[in-house]
Amino acid sequence: MENLTWTGSLGTILYPTLLAAAGLFAIAVVLQILTSLVVEPYRAQTLPDGRLSRRGGAIGLIERAPQYLLWALILVVLGYLVGGVVAPYGKAGIVGAISKQLTPVWIALVLTYAASIRYKRRLGLYGKLFDSTVGMIGFGIVMFWVYTAFFSSVGGMIATHDPLSQVSGLKNKLPGTAVPNATDFAMGAHYLLGGDNLARDVFSRMVLGSWEVVKIAPLATMFAFMVGITLGVPAGYYGGKLDTVLSFLANLILAFPVILLFYLLVTPEIVLTGIPSYMAAVLFLFPVLFATVFLNARFRTDPMKRNVILGVVVGAMVWAYLSLISQPGTVMNFLPAALDLFNIPPGILVVFVSVVFVNSPTVFRIVRGLTLDLSTRDYVAAAQTRGEGPWYIMLWEILPNARGPLIVDFCLRIGYTTILLGTLGFFGLGLPPESPDWGSTINEGRKLLSIYPHPALPPALALLSLVLGLNLLADGLREESLRD
Amino acid sequence: MTEDTPILDIDRLSISFFTRLREIPAVMDFSAKIMPGEALGLVGESGCGKSTVALGVMQDLGVNGRIVGGSIKFKGRDLCTMSAEELRDVRGSEIAMIYQEPMASLNPAMKIGRQLMEVPMIHEGIGEKEAYARALEVVTDVKLPDPERILKSYPHQLSGGQQQRIVIAMALMSKPALLILDEPTTALDVTVEAAVVQLVKDLGKKYGTSMLFISHNLGLVLETCDRICVMYSGEAVERGSIEDVFDKMRHPYTQALFRSIPLPGADKNARPLVAIPGNFPLPHERPNGCNFGPRCDYFEAGRCDQGVIAMSLIEGDDRHQTRCLRYEEIDWDAKIEAGETKAKAAVGEVVLKMDNLKKYYEVSANALFGGGHTKVVKANETLSFEARESETLAIVGESGCGKSTFAKVLMGLETATDGKILLDNREIQGTAINDRDTGTVADIQMVFQNPFDTLNPSMTVGRQIIRALEIFGIGKSDAERKARMLELLDLVKLPRAFAERMPRQLSGGQKQRVGIARAFAGGARIVVADEPVSALDVSVQAAVTDLLMEIQRKEKTTLLFISHDLSIVRYLSDRVMVMYLGHVVEIGTTDQVFSPPYHPYTEALLSAVPIADTKVEKKHIVLEGDIPSAMNPPPGCPFQTRCRWKSKVAGGLCEREVPPLLTLAEGHEIKCHLAEAELRGMEPVITIAAE
Amino acid sequence: MGLFVLRRFGVMILTALCLTFVVFVLTNLEPNLEKLAKTQGNARMSDEQVETWLSNRGYHRPVAVKYGEWLGVLPGYVIEGTDGETRGRCLRGGVDPADAARFCGILQGDWGFSTVFKEDVWKIVLTRLGQTAKLMGWVMAVMVPSSLIIGVLAGMREGSKLDRSLSTVSIVTTATPEYVSGVIFITVFASSAVGLKWFNGSATSAMEDITFLNFTLPVMTVALYGMGYIARMTRASMTEVMTAQYIRTARLKGVSFRNIVLKHALRNALIAPLTTQLISDIGYVFLNPRIRIS
Ligand SMILES: Nc1ncnc2c1ncn2[C@@H]1O[C@H](COP(=O)(O)OP(=O)(O)OP(=O)(O)O)[C@@H](O)[C@H]1O
Ligand code: SF4
Ligand code: SF4
Ligand SMILES: [Mg+2]
Repeated sequence: MENLTWTGSLGTILYPTLLAAAGLFAIAVVLQILTSLVVEPYRAQTLPDGRLSRRGGAIGLIERAPQYLLWALILVVLGYLVGGVVAPYGKAGIVGAISKQLTPVWIALVLTYAASIRYKRRLGLYGKLFDSTVGMIGFGIVMFWVYTAFFSSVGGMIATHDPLSQVSGLKNKLPGTAVPNATDFAMGAHYLLGGDNLARDVFSRMVLGSWEVVKIAPLATMFAFMVGITLGVPAGYYGGKLDTVLSFLANLILAFPVILLFYLLVTPEIVLTGIPSYMAAVLFLFPVLFATVFLNARFRTDPMKRNVILGVVVGAMVWAYLSLISQPGTVMNFLPAALDLFNIPPGILVVFVSVVFVNSPTVFRIVRGLTLDLSTRDYVAAAQTRGEGPWYIMLWEILPNARGPLIVDFCLRIGYTTILLGTLGFFGLGLPPESPDWGSTINEGRKLLSIYPHPALPPALALLSLVLGLNLLADGLREESLRD
Repeated sequence: MTEDTPILDIDRLSISFFTRLREIPAVMDFSAKIMPGEALGLVGESGCGKSTVALGVMQDLGVNGRIVGGSIKFKGRDLCTMSAEELRDVRGSEIAMIYQEPMASLNPAMKIGRQLMEVPMIHEGIGEKEAYARALEVVTDVKLPDPERILKSYPHQLSGGQQQRIVIAMALMSKPALLILDEPTTALDVTVEAAVVQLVKDLGKKYGTSMLFISHNLGLVLETCDRICVMYSGEAVERGSIEDVFDKMRHPYTQALFRSIPLPGADKNARPLVAIPGNFPLPHERPNGCNFGPRCDYFEAGRCDQGVIAMSLIEGDDRHQTRCLRYEEIDWDAKIEAGETKAKAAVGEVVLKMDNLKKYYEVSANALFGGGHTKVVKANETLSFEARESETLAIVGESGCGKSTFAKVLMGLETATDGKILLDNREIQGTAINDRDTGTVADIQMVFQNPFDTLNPSMTVGRQIIRALEIFGIGKSDAERKARMLELLDLVKLPRAFAERMPRQLSGGQKQRVGIARAFAGGARIVVADEPVSALDVSVQAAVTDLLMEIQRKEKTTLLFISHDLSIVRYLSDRVMVMYLGHVVEIGTTDQVFSPPYHPYTEALLSAVPIADTKVEKKHIVLEGDIPSAMNPPPGCPFQTRCRWKSKVAGGLCEREVPPLLTLAEGHEIKCHLAEAELRGMEPVITIAAE
Repeated sequence: MGLFVLRRFGVMILTALCLTFVVFVLTNLEPNLEKLAKTQGNARMSDEQVETWLSNRGYHRPVAVKYGEWLGVLPGYVIEGTDGETRGRCLRGGVDPADAARFCGILQGDWGFSTVFKEDVWKIVLTRLGQTAKLMGWVMAVMVPSSLIIGVLAGMREGSKLDRSLSTVSIVTTATPEYVSGVIFITVFASSAVGLKWFNGSATSAMEDITFLNFTLPVMTVALYGMGYIARMTRASMTEVMTAQYIRTARLKGVSFRNIVLKHALRNALIAPLTTQLISDIGYVFLNPRIRIS
């Protein structure tokens, strides 16, 4: 069977257009930057009919050109994607085939956006996100990967091949190479992004690799936030010795070279001593503590109600906690198998612990700073003068008002965690070696990078785009939460 | 340019801000003229567009603000059509602007001298030497001590009052033709404010500068300006000379404004203030026709709510105009309908007694490095007084005098260093709030100053009140507490629907009411109100104070009213306690404190408070210098650094010994070394001219 | 000020002590020691043999004591082993026990002997440090000025097109960890398959002999990630300063935009990134073993 070209027949029209638009756009942006350094900004006047005057002449054109060209670029790219979905398999080349394969993602994205924009005024901060272009782009990229991860792993849709199976003859083959024994010209007939040095499909591995990130990063970040918040709020609120000690510890962990820390944590000898398990036992205790204090502070005036609520919620959390840390084959194995709800692969647990451990000091510092600021507010004084306990003040009066910056930081931190996970994979720490996660894949591809860049490039770009999306999302959220 | 060309001629100016959601018309159809040497006062409530006008004149409206109509002519040239280049020439040299926060207006990383010299160096191209000489001259003019040292210092090394003087000096460096002052004294203490205002007035005369003086304080405008323009919701509603507008106002809003501020003679029982009903309309929710219509007593349906209402000239007055259709029909001299006169509540038993209360803080002398020797800040020094049931005791003083510390100790947020606090004869000075029983905590509650800070922004109004009820153990079930919460909303005259609202959906006055409801949730017997209305607009202030008074009458509460605003204190308090640097310098009934004999500090304070009444004559006592820091108070009498009577005390006693409390009359005590005869010989500061 | 610096220094030393102690403890855990014994001695040692091997070399004593010796605040051990040989911390390299020093730790300049590289640790540390310093010196020289300039240019007119372009660049670079930018750079510039073949992607060779060709890529890679971060921080600081009241004062004084930026804003805007961040960043850059393209 013949191999696929990049763009198939679609490229004959679109490719030159794309090239022209991109080139012109780059030139226009540079021109614009240069002129803006020299020329004074324009003072728009209101015309009698209520419109604004615009700068005319060459400078006006230079100022507006990038905008038009950007639209042109976007149109061309859209053309590729839509063309790929619509055209029959192979007609639109590799790009088209990938776009077609991603159809469920496109549909989900379009639905999400349509619904969100329609009801954005009722959706609080999330809705406001759709007022910011940056935020929308960021959210789009993030959701693209979330949906991709979801559909490919849970839905079993997007990937064209098994990420682990090797097809002989496709070792290091270029993108678009046909699978030797494929019969019909349809999905799966080609390695869309080529094969890696073990002759596995790069595209499928990249797509499934996203699940590794989407699975671990937000959850690990959540835990890091729990730890950071539970320690940061009291440090900021009480100050004094407690603050000094906790801040010192946080700085200590921050001063620790991350890689060395990881390296120490994941070496089998140390895993054997059970240190990661003990750390997990400590770190994962924080959400339970947090929930207990949180609910107790709120309902302490009504002991009956409190006991019921605490019993149910904390009971469930403690059970989950025990199942989480009790792990057959490690030092912590005390829960009978019947009661043990779930077990996490030990590698993942170590990765999880390391990521939480490394992230929580930064969260601690942010939370502490916010608390320091918020505790001077009058409503805190009002709570104090009516005799509220310190934990109520910290968790119900102060914490909810710190949520804006925390949400923003949460997004950034997921991005950072993604990078960390990549680093771990890159050093071959933690995750199983054949795992399709992006870091490991980049590491594998790196060896032959100068000759065959195609196996390493897709996961690298994927990681870049996801982190970029998270950063943009955070920027959008920050901008919007500051506004009115 | 002849004498009749105005310096500034604003003609039908409209300014809008463009936000994502909508266009916000901040200023509409605004006209004003300022002649050479004239001072125009611009007054109005917060958000009515005063600052926008000022920034419009400066052509500095930010990215989203735009002039959408009208013209601003400065010496005959339209500012709106000037190029950026021309504008730069005008700014700073011909028009200068001063605004509220002096500290924020000065570049923290640049020496004062540099910042001053820059102005003439840009505009007149003169050399460093000349510029330095000029700076020295102007700094001397603004009456700063040791000008050379000041030119060498950075802004943070100066006090607030000194910084504002520097900002004024900077504005005067190029001898501008027009000076715009946007609330220049709001951040300053009353006595410092008085000195700065005096300075601005004198310098305006000396340099022949025209002024646009923006303020929300009618009294201040009366003292500084020749003409006044009253703004309401983006429009000028009345303008004219000070005398015309103050004494013969022709717009219902101006009238209502004057009736809602406590002038001498107002009394909470006999002649209560009349609050303006309703709320200020948001810029995008203005009514048809007259903006003031929904709140106007003279509103006439079918006329006032139609079309656009133009300014009309009032015959016979000097350029006196009003934006009211019915100004000719209204009987302007009608007496205020005597609001229902309320019987003065009988003062009951003593509930709270302070006995020689002391609160010292230990601070490390060197904040940055910690350690080292510690210093003692005496925040409260020998505080003694009693407060009875249903009584209002006002605590007056400027920043740093120890008002808030006292409140903290009383509430139990801090424990006293020495002395006693007796609540119903129980000692509570040593019990921190968490060790107090619920009854005691519920008995003493507090209303806070800043309405934007007093409610938790992420909890509904109802929930916050219910939480207080839960804490105070009121109500047996959630339903009962909910019912009680709704009653409390009724008590503070808020619609019950507000229970579901978030604080950001409420106006400042409404938030303050919720704060009051929350304080009374546990049936508080003593309420400490820490400047509860100072952050509110005048028209709202009256309503909130009235509410407080009304609840007090009903609940027989003891109200400790902390304030720096003597007008409001005189209006509502039964007794007054004046504090300075942690000391009580004078205590007595309101009448005793407001009439001679005074403590020298009280005298200065009274003279400093601007009063918006042309009939009031005030003695001008300008205090030199700033309030000393509580970290190193002067030896002897705390007030001795600024006292003008000091020379009357023989032998420098004031500098050596803290004066004893001198009882002048039943319940009237003064902490001063002055001989009794001297004190009794003092003249009243405020006299009201006969009508 | 002196006291302040002293305190800071004290905290730094304390941090270093804690860090080294943690690493020391972790590396001295039983399984690690066992591994050490097996790699050093004989891979097929029995458990007892491992025991004696370790105790003969003083590994079987309290961690605190070992750490103290390593630091040089406790006298080095001297153990007469079960095999008759006398070993001591200060006796390595056949020094006569009689004239050996009593203390030989970090403080005495004895950094130990790497059992892996068969070389004195301080030599390893020094060459590593030298290489790192060379690379990082270049990285700093490229990263700091360019990121500050980008940040200031972007922040001086918030929301302008210049701001948006530069912010996009810096946000992209912060999303690009070294291992990603490395892959991209090599592909574009050094790959023999599709690249431009301008540079040489290997940094190992660069360690011995720095040339423009082999050093550019590693420096760019490392600089890029930090650059976006500092640029964004500078921009945030700059935009905040530009909306400050005193900038408005300057504008209304008639100061030209150029001078507002250069004379009034710049100094205030650079305080934050230069003092707080950069200093810790330099530390970070040096402390963290970076990933180099190899
Ligand atoms: N940059 C802006 N964007 C949007 N709306 C604005 C902006 N600046 C001011 N406004 C709106 O314009 C109106 C007038 O504001 P302005 O600051 O002029 O009032 P003000 O009379 O000076 O009030 P204050 O006494 O509080 O200083 C207000 O409704 C305000 O919310
Ligand atoms: S126009 Fe009508 S509503 Fe407006 S102020 Fe005059 S009387 Fe009142
Ligand atoms: S004691 Fe002396 S200094 Fe103090 S107020 Fe009286 S006269 Fe003035
Ligand atoms: Mg204003």
